[in-house]
Amino acid sequence: MRDTIRDVVFVDGVRTPFGKAGKLYEETRADDMIIRCIRTLLRRNPGLPPERVDEVALAATTQIGDQGLTLGRSAALLAGLPRSVPGFSIDRMCAGAMTAVTTVSSAIAARNYDVAIAGGVESMSNHPMGEGVDPNPRIIAEKLVDPDALVMGNTAENLHDLFPAITKERADAFAVASQARYGAALDRLSADFATMAARSTDEGWSVATADQLPRPGTTMEALADLRTPFRPHGKVTAGTAAPLTDGATACLIADAETAAELGLDATMKMVGFAFAGVDPETMGVGPIPSTEKALARAGLSIDDIGLIEINEAFAVQVLAFLDHFKIADDDPRVNPWGGAIAMGHPLASSGVRLMSQLSREFTEHPEVRYGITTMCVGLGQGGTVIWENPNFEGDK
Amino acid sequence: MNDFPVELPEFPDEVVTEAHVRYIEPPGLGGRAALITLDNGYDHTKPSSMGPGGMLNLWNALDEVLASDAKFIAVTGKPFIFLAGADIKMMPLLESREQGLAMARAGHALYKRLKDSPIPTFAFVNGTALGGGMELALHCHYRTVSASAVALGLPEVSIGLIPGWGGSQILPNLIGPENAVKVIVANPLNQNKMLRGPDLTELGIADAQFEAADFLEESIAWATAVVGGEVTVDRPEVDRGEHWQAVMAGARKLVDEKIHNASPAAMRALDLLELARTASFEEGILAEDEALADLEMAPEFKTSLYSFNLVRHLGKRPEGAPSSGLAKEIGKVGVVGAGLMAGQIALMFARRLEVPVVMTDLDAERAERGLSHVRGEIDKLEAKGRASRLKAAKLRALVSASADKDVYADCDLVIEAVFEELKVKQAVFAEVEQIVSDECLLVTNTSGLSVTAMASKLSRPERLVGMHFFNPVAVMPLVEVIATEQTDDATLATAYVVAKKLKKTAVGSADRPAFIVNRLLGRMLAEVTGAVDEGTPVEVADVALDELGLPMRPFALLELVGLQVAWHLCSHLNEDLGPRFPVSENLRRLAGADVPVFEPDAKGKGRLTGAGKALLEFGDRPSTADEVKHRVLSGLAEEVKLMLDEGVVPGPQQIDLAMILGAGFPFWLGGLTPYLDRVGISTEVSGKPFGVMG
Repeated sequence: MRDTIRDVVFVDGVRTPFGKAGKLYEETRADDMIIRCIRTLLRRNPGLPPERVDEVALAATTQIGDQGLTLGRSAALLAGLPRSVPGFSIDRMCAGAMTAVTTVSSAIAARNYDVAIAGGVESMSNHPMGEGVDPNPRIIAEKLVDPDALVMGNTAENLHDLFPAITKERADAFAVASQARYGAALDRLSADFATMAARSTDEGWSVATADQLPRPGTTMEALADLRTPFRPHGKVTAGTAAPLTDGATACLIADAETAAELGLDATMKMVGFAFAGVDPETMGVGPIPSTEKALARAGLSIDDIGLIEINEAFAVQVLAFLDHFKIADDDPRVNPWGGAIAMGHPLASSGVRLMSQLSREFTEHPEVRYGITTMCVGLGQGGTVIWENPNFEGDK
Repeated sequence: MNDFPVELPEFPDEVVTEAHVRYIEPPGLGGRAALITLDNGYDHTKPSSMGPGGMLNLWNALDEVLASDAKFIAVTGKPFIFLAGADIKMMPLLESREQGLAMARAGHALYKRLKDSPIPTFAFVNGTALGGGMELALHCHYRTVSASAVALGLPEVSIGLIPGWGGSQILPNLIGPENAVKVIVANPLNQNKMLRGPDLTELGIADAQFEAADFLEESIAWATAVVGGEVTVDRPEVDRGEHWQAVMAGARKLVDEKIHNASPAAMRALDLLELARTASFEEGILAEDEALADLEMAPEFKTSLYSFNLVRHLGKRPEGAPSSGLAKEIGKVGVVGAGLMAGQIALMFARRLEVPVVMTDLDAERAERGLSHVRGEIDKLEAKGRASRLKAAKLRALVSASADKDVYADCDLVIEAVFEELKVKQAVFAEVEQIVSDECLLVTNTSGLSVTAMASKLSRPERLVGMHFFNPVAVMPLVEVIATEQTDDATLATAYVVAKKLKKTAVGSADRPAFIVNRLLGRMLAEVTGAVDEGTPVEVADVALDELGLPMRPFALLELVGLQVAWHLCSHLNEDLGPRFPVSENLRRLAGADVPVFEPDAKGKGRLTGAGKALLEFGDRPSTADEVKHRVLSGLAEEVKLMLDEGVVPGPQQIDLAMILGAGFPFWLGGLTPYLDRVGISTEVSGKPFGVMG
């Protein structure tokens, strides 16, 4: 009886260039985007026989139309994976792809799979947040959740209320830094892009090779006077929030021994993960308890963490996390290559983007042993995955 | 901006193809690439084509990209369609040789820019690329093709033209003369066979092939690698020696044997392919210009276009079909008989309708034999990959056989395929009518007996209809649908809907002897065998119609349909229609012979054996081949006139369509009547032409 838990490794992750909702990918099918990611992943890892993939777990927040039809299975078939490879769909809003990774990782650790593909996609052009939702009337009748909680921008404004120390100026400064860091890291980021064909009926075919959303050269002055769409005289602007985005990601997760057998790179080793719930009205604080929980279970403290990839749904939400852990706003360990404020946040896909970036950053930082990927989730959740750097050189 | 160098004919109804230009920055290219998308603004059911407006758009797009800093220029199409070729709707509007010449020159001037471009040019053939579409791709320096692309090729010869926008000159120099002959001449003459993506790769037309899922992305990555020198495109050296001429000589012989030079296009194409061995590209395309201009003015092209449109339009919307809304649902089919024809029909219904099909025969042993034959055919379909394992299993489950006609009780349609004898068929229907529901359709597959006579014995004659399929049933695209005076609209509508589901083209015929195709073929055979009876040697009579380029000579046709069947047909026609259909004594002798009278010739077609020839008796009034031809054509003209007068069909178009699809009469004849008009026989026989060509 083989009943020991196995090591799980992150092998490789790719993503489409991210597009501004309503623009680049407006006429591109969401399933085609994730299919492109899966095919690119397989091409980049020729040592993996496709039939060795034991699961395809794909996330989307709005699972209808081209994001429906049991996307994990239908995209696997359309990507040309053998019919023997199963797949399923998964949803935890913004943490969809992250949850796809943690779900297949658990199964790999428990010896149920050897290799899995996890990823996510969101076409916010064609599936805007809240499309087709039918909130239970009890939410209002029983005052269970403030209706504000369903509008993410309102939850961000709520955080500013809750943490008065986080000023609009700090949020703006964080956003400016995100743009600048993105610009400086662009070459390294684009190494994981899967170019993506995008058609416009009026303009013909194009092939996306770069993110469409970043605003290089963003300044404090430029952000200062942006409108605050969620509240008159509020603090949250388009400049300090992740924009509405289209895009897909996919990654390869494997049992460490299987990866070695197939000659696949183990670019990160999973240490542990946790998800936690918080007030839906202040969903942005979600990463705080999920990180505390994950660290506690791993027997680590925040001081052990050398790199942090935190999703920038809103600058205020990242700053709340940093304040909690007493980390400086401009700490170089945090989102060193920029974040979602610059490149965008196609909801369910972002979790894998954080991981791809962390794995690349690990190779540049052999002095770092542990890193985390973490994100806040609509309806009040946070998710955190702790990773170990295989390039860690110890205390040499 | 360079002005378009050729004055183009006006074509106000053109669905104009746009040439959208986008610039992309592929990783590793170190600069921009220009991507041109050809798109007429409709979905794939209306493929993009090239008319004057589209040519101007592409010209302007090329102006722009050739002046740009693009590191490469790529052309692709809208989803599933690269470019379906020159706009076929404008071709009939070309009024003069000058206009034809202008279109030819315009295509050359336009495409040449892709060939002469100092910037590397690529065609990303994402889907359908026919004629001028394929030629656009051929002018590019490199080509990729989608593994899923279908409908690729140079079909011009099939409609009486040649690939005259550079195809005849570039292709042989790219893939060698043998393959070029195959693509440009052999395929168009072989039921216009099309190529698929992997064929392009195998032939060497495409330099790289990528799967459809990310065809464009991978094509661009490949093009980037080619431009950057990381990928080298190796093409085999083409042998320009004597081999080339030998290939052409062989091809000329084949074309001569196949169509006897009945249409000038094939030989003209071979002339150009031969020229391509030595001519410079500039000389070559001048020759193409002339050939295209000549052929566009030739009657064979005009009749081919007529045929093309008949099949595309009249074939899709049969005249006289009641509204399909009246049709009944068919959930189970009965086939009376378990012989060869019955088995073919049963399999066809099972494959296309995917409903249970029951066959019956006189006893269990015959029924079982019939069923096992059908199962054998299903095995063959599966072995050839034409039915998947699952589909084959489904077909086996759908087809059954019994000796007990009670299995028809819950059928919605029962078709008989029993011996071609009125009394037998009447007896069958009398028995079946006792078993089936009142709603059940009764269908006869008779090839010429009176459907009205069959109906006369029925208590519910309004539900009887004729559906005459042609042998081999699975292959031949035509079905003649025969309504009697009593057939009701629901029955007739169902017959047409079923025909469509069976993927057949239906042509309605009045209930007159032998309907359309067999009546005309019967008349043709009667004239040929009559001439032999009178003393014309078989060798003379058999080749008399060669210049029409029919798919087979009369005696080969006799062998194919079977002498007994032919004899039967001719006797019936003689009884029903009189001395225009004399009974040939020689045919009777051959049909009654107890020795094999036919043997396959070198190409597998039937020819008489020595024993067969020995059975023949000749009169003392031999005709020359020309006289036989005149006699046959006069006979056909007379018969068509009579059929129209009798109201067998509404007009000559139905006759032409039926002859194209049911008898394989070539496009360049326009089926039949345009040819009879062209050679003056119609006027000679009945004072005026049939006049379908206007």
